[in-house]
Amino acid sequence: MKKIFSRPESLRDITTHYCPGCGHGIAHRLVTEVIDLLGVRGKVIAVAPVGCAVVAYDYWNFDCCEAAHGRALAVATGIKRCRPDRVVFTYQGDGDLAAIGTNETIHAANRGENLTVVFVNNAIYGMTGGQMAPTTLLGQVTSTTPGGRRAEVQGYPLKISEMLAMLPGVKYVERRGLFCPQEIIKAKAALHLAFDNQLRGGGFSLVELLSPCPTYWGMSPAAAMDWIRDTMVKEFPLGRIK
Amino acid sequence: MNKEKKILLSGNEAIAEGAIQAGCRFYAGYPITPQNELTAYMARRMPEAGGVFIQAESEIAAINMVMGAAASGIRAMTSSSSPGISLKQEGISYLAGAELPAVIVNMMRGGPGLGNILPSQSDYFQATKGGGHGDYHCLVLAPSRVQESFDTMFSAFSLADKYRVPAIILGDGMLGQVMEPFSVRVPAAFAAKKAANVSKPWALTGCAGREPNVVKSFYLRDGDLEDFNLRLQKKYAVMLKKEARYEGTMLKDADLVLVAYGTMARICSAVVRRLRKEGKKAGLIRPVTLWPFPVQAFLPKTSPARNFLVAEMSYGQMLEDVKLALDGRAQVNFIGRAGGGFPLEEVIAAEARKL
Repeated sequence: MKKIFSRPESLRDITTHYCPGCGHGIAHRLVTEVIDLLGVRGKVIAVAPVGCAVVAYDYWNFDCCEAAHGRALAVATGIKRCRPDRVVFTYQGDGDLAAIGTNETIHAANRGENLTVVFVNNAIYGMTGGQMAPTTLLGQVTSTTPGGRRAEVQGYPLKISEMLAMLPGVKYVERRGLFCPQEIIKAKAALHLAFDNQLRGGGFSLVELLSPCPTYWGMSPAAAMDWIRDTMVKEFPLGRIK
Repeated sequence: MNKEKKILLSGNEAIAEGAIQAGCRFYAGYPITPQNELTAYMARRMPEAGGVFIQAESEIAAINMVMGAAASGIRAMTSSSSPGISLKQEGISYLAGAELPAVIVNMMRGGPGLGNILPSQSDYFQATKGGGHGDYHCLVLAPSRVQESFDTMFSAFSLADKYRVPAIILGDGMLGQVMEPFSVRVPAAFAAKKAANVSKPWALTGCAGREPNVVKSFYLRDGDLEDFNLRLQKKYAVMLKKEARYEGTMLKDADLVLVAYGTMARICSAVVRRLRKEGKKAGLIRPVTLWPFPVQAFLPKTSPARNFLVAEMSYGQMLEDVKLALDGRAQVNFIGRAGGGFPLEEVIAAEARKL
């Protein structure tokens, strides 16, 4: 009998700390499947964020570096410039990449660093207990927007992927959603392209993944998936941005 | 090794050249006066040496790029001046917490706040007592001449690698800007490439053929962080014992010992010569490492004097370490200015004559 499906070698056989229904498990799985598929596990150096995925290095089976909150793309720049033949990627949440790390994000992109960015957008700060994120939707209730986010007070959801796509140094930007099998397959294809770009020296590639946070959205895992499909994609449309 | 060859450069440039000769192959920096000559020198020289130069978008990005480069096993450095060093403190704390070797140059200027661009020594506390969050120390080296600025880079990179700690070069705007001829003398171990190619089995190079490496400072499980901190403390205890260095001048028979580092030590050296000519028995302790602080220089067998005069371009920061080292056994006096001025030779001499 031929084995046709198994855990990726790049993903350790360890119970994660993620909440039930969290999208990080799916995102980790997709990233590690793609790394295995490309056969580059031994060349990967990942940069883990501060946020819910802070201990991603406990789950991934390749070299990993910690970065301070928001600094992942500066750390990744240092690594990649010193080790240009290695496969370097950052894995960052919305707070990390689009709030405290906006400057590092924009400038690494503008320099056209040959890096891959996995951007997990769940419209909330999960690790710290459900505060407003830069990508929180208008009207969305969080612990710091108890009456819902209001444009005139907190501004609008930040479309960082569209902003980055304007920069000539950025080669590829795509947004996908982790809410149903068909979409998850498309997300994997996008990640594959983003890593493949780096291997071919293509430059800065970013894949944004709309990801469920049932705990801080106050929903069941199934309802959280539906909320991405019915509500979140209206603010953050799926597809190739660049 | 060419002992004869001398070149004329500023302290900032000598530090940059010293770093490259010491095997530094990654530099990231951000413009700030009075250290811009260092960054400009690196921009030209680093690519020649086959290394990486990046003008970062911020001081914060620069120190984090250094973190990435250091994590990948490359000798890496950044430089700045006081307000920029304040911005780097988060990254320095992470370097200490992740046990990454790197070199950070601070050409101190006047503070607090934006202050001014004139020389100062007001960041002593920040450099020697931690600076960022957490219980950690950086190795702190304080050159006082351009020659020493070049030479000290070899110790800085070697010791940073040996102990896996960030090393700070604490200079001042005067040292950075002054131009002096110096010998490009490379220590034998570096010339032989022995000290330049240190094995770093912890480095992130891709896990092919070995188990994955992780560089981190995060210890969430109960007790793990305390264990890690105790390990750091043990390392610091070894450094305190082995790495504290100073330069002593005429200490044995001195009635009055001046204590100063960096540019202030050069001025105090002239004061000591002047006082000796006048028949006053004066000596000088110049700490070369500020952390670990050279307490051995203040032991009665080394410096039997009962009277000390600390001179700083601050309102008394190193003064506290001198008092701790003397532990009440001698009178400790102080003269200092901050905000762009420094105590002049004749002013210090006049103060010394009163003691």
